[in-house]
Amino acid sequence: MSASETEQTRMDKLKLRSTLTALGMLPVLVLLAVGFHLLSGRFLTVNNLSIVMQQASINTVLAAGMTFVILTGGIDLSVGSILAASAMVAVIVSLVPDMGMLGVPAAIGIGLACGFANGAIIAWMRLPPFIVTLGSLTAIRGIARLLGNDTTVFNPDLPFDFIGNGTLFGVPWLAIIALATIFVSWVILKRTVLGTWIYAVGGNSEAARLTGIKVSLVLLFVYSMSGLMSGLGGAMSAARLYAANGLQLGQAYELDAIAAVILGGTSFVGGVGSIWGTLIGALIIAMLSNGLILVGVSDIWQYIIKGLVIIVAVALDRYRLQGLGRT
Amino acid sequence: MSETAEKGRPLLEMRNISKTFGASKALSDVSLTAHPGEVHALMGENGAGKSTLMKILSGAYTADPGGSVLIDGEPVALGDPMKARAYGIAVIYQELSLAPNLTVAQNMFLGSEPARYGFADRAAMRRRAEPILKQLGIGFSAARMVSELSLGERQMVEIARALTTSARIIVMDEPTTSLTSRETGRLFDVIARLKADGIAVIYISHRMEEIYQLSDRVSVLRDGAYVGTLDRSELSASRLVSMMVGRDLSSFYKKEHSQPGGERPAVLSVRNMGDGVRVHDCSFEARAGEVLGIAGLVGSGRTELARLVYGADTSTTGEMRLDGKPVSVHSPRQALDAGIAYLTEDRKALGLFLDMSISDNINIGVIPQDAMRGGFLDFSKARERAQRAVKSLSIRAPGTGINVSALSGGNQQKALLARLLETEPKVVVLDEPTRGVDVGAKSEIYRIIDELARKGIAIVVISSDLPEILGIADRVLVMREGRIAGEIVGSAERPLEQEAIMTLATGSAGEAA
Repeated sequence: MSASETEQTRMDKLKLRSTLTALGMLPVLVLLAVGFHLLSGRFLTVNNLSIVMQQASINTVLAAGMTFVILTGGIDLSVGSILAASAMVAVIVSLVPDMGMLGVPAAIGIGLACGFANGAIIAWMRLPPFIVTLGSLTAIRGIARLLGNDTTVFNPDLPFDFIGNGTLFGVPWLAIIALATIFVSWVILKRTVLGTWIYAVGGNSEAARLTGIKVSLVLLFVYSMSGLMSGLGGAMSAARLYAANGLQLGQAYELDAIAAVILGGTSFVGGVGSIWGTLIGALIIAMLSNGLILVGVSDIWQYIIKGLVIIVAVALDRYRLQGLGRT
Repeated sequence: MSETAEKGRPLLEMRNISKTFGASKALSDVSLTAHPGEVHALMGENGAGKSTLMKILSGAYTADPGGSVLIDGEPVALGDPMKARAYGIAVIYQELSLAPNLTVAQNMFLGSEPARYGFADRAAMRRRAEPILKQLGIGFSAARMVSELSLGERQMVEIARALTTSARIIVMDEPTTSLTSRETGRLFDVIARLKADGIAVIYISHRMEEIYQLSDRVSVLRDGAYVGTLDRSELSASRLVSMMVGRDLSSFYKKEHSQPGGERPAVLSVRNMGDGVRVHDCSFEARAGEVLGIAGLVGSGRTELARLVYGADTSTTGEMRLDGKPVSVHSPRQALDAGIAYLTEDRKALGLFLDMSISDNINIGVIPQDAMRGGFLDFSKARERAQRAVKSLSIRAPGTGINVSALSGGNQQKALLARLLETEPKVVVLDEPTRGVDVGAKSEIYRIIDELARKGIAIVVISSDLPEILGIADRVLVMREGRIAGEIVGSAERPLEQEAIMTLATGSAGEAA
């Protein structure tokens, strides 16, 4: 009798744990929003929330790609550089008469190619992802500068500028694209064979190989995906600015993307995590920047507070899950 | 020495120790005492709770409330490894925990380096290390790199390390599994010196002859419970075995599939398989409806051979035929496509996806063929498969959606078995299929193996557990030093015998026992 009782409480615990895992950082997000609103009085307005979503969008797209990579236990440090190179290509192609719209697919294609190169080296030569993408972070940054002869390229008549500044039924296109990438990522991760393989490779790559999963193909896919998302991010960034600069654009973007993924509860060693968590993580980061400005905190203090919030939030998350205990 | 050990206050007393993991009870109400200068052997089958008990002693696990541990008659709280070490408890695990890139002396003082002005004092380290090595009768210098030492010598370093923290209770967990007989002899000399110095040694081993040679007392655990303790004078093999198994051996192993004759077709035939390093020139056949055992000492190349057959490692020589047709297998994927499935010996590190559900773990090998168009998962098929497998292998789980890590070892093993059976193999290679599972799950795994044989699947079982292999196999290959040393076929009149296997496995009648 007592055995079935303990079984019951154990199942309750398991249920509670999975609910909390699913909720993740949502309470932190809500708390921040309410807090900023109380402090500034104008945080929770339609206008401001639309700005937050716009600010979060590019990082959300990069973080979606990063989620794939981190789920396999890898890392992609080159996303900021790929974004810069893709944005350069997007603007340069947009200047070609009558074919300007091709800037978007060109940017995505360049991103995909860079990601594929990362993936090929990591999967087939079996080099550590940190080292490979650290190298491509530098190399692709160089390519981005080379593309515009180290100058800023402009196109005031950018044919796809609606992406960066237009809205659809009042919702910014940037936000729509970001949400769409999250949704597509969710479908791939949770509804396809490939997605299951990604979790399996991250959870136990040797077991995955012994189960007959082609681990190198999975790795090739996730880095290509991350590159493709960075290319899309490049197009979005170019569309927003009507310009691109190979040196300055996308600097340190990889750090915000990684922070969003980790805030979202994805395990750094792979195998555990969700794309919805990543969305919440990206929103928290954007909200912090926006909210701290509204409250009037200086630029320097914003850095310090953002960094601390990330550490505290992740620490809380780990602590909370630990309290429930792993069986 | 044992007479003096019997008297006086025990150095260590563990009273009524219990430990539960989730729903499974690993230990219930176990007590154990050890006197100074005594070798107390701890025996029991895999999964009987020996390692759990020792992990509680070393502070790696915390016991359930209700039990107590006394040292010199004083109750102590062992919560963590540092505390246990401070009380003079040292555990030498099967997997050695030395840093090979450091010297013997550095390893001995790892974590408690003698320091001067905050810098490690290497001279002092060597000065303190040498007498300990001498005390143990160890021939090598404290300045040697551990990477240059043999396994046996590394074990000596582990013991020496225990003595640097002035350990009084030393636990050795199957210390001889990977030692040569000469190294084993040297280890026993060291144990004799430890005894003479008044140290209590708790010695875990499966090998009867070692138990006879070393121990003053033997305690037996079964299914996490204490069965009893025998004095040196009361020791006998049959008593120990019946204490460990708790029932008649013949009813435990299930063998109802009909003994196949030689005329049965060979499903898998392997010729001259080798990798040039650890496996050489191995040829064998696995027949339909037959259980083929592969025995041999640890390190004899059994797992390595299985991994070559499965394509997990690359072979340099050899060819395979499946149903008479040549097959080339260079990856696990190709092996599975051909109809060869493999159960790993290390289910946590190489088998399970511990963060995934039971259902995912069972389905992971077959989701591509179950998938709908476009690579989308078919959840209803997956659920059906998982539920059917859980039922037919009697996996005890509250649901197929929960994490596989919540299952007990035996049920995890059955989930892995389910995964490979779902691929509908013609040949299954099971590497230590009952390692670390409780007795109940063991007999169920034997039942599953027997059923597979009756269905006409060719089964290859690698096992270090001789009674097990004798109990379930129709035919046994014995490996030694990467080669197949011989084959033993059992029959109704002449059952398989342990001695014959050990003679082949060790290569000399004298060393076998």
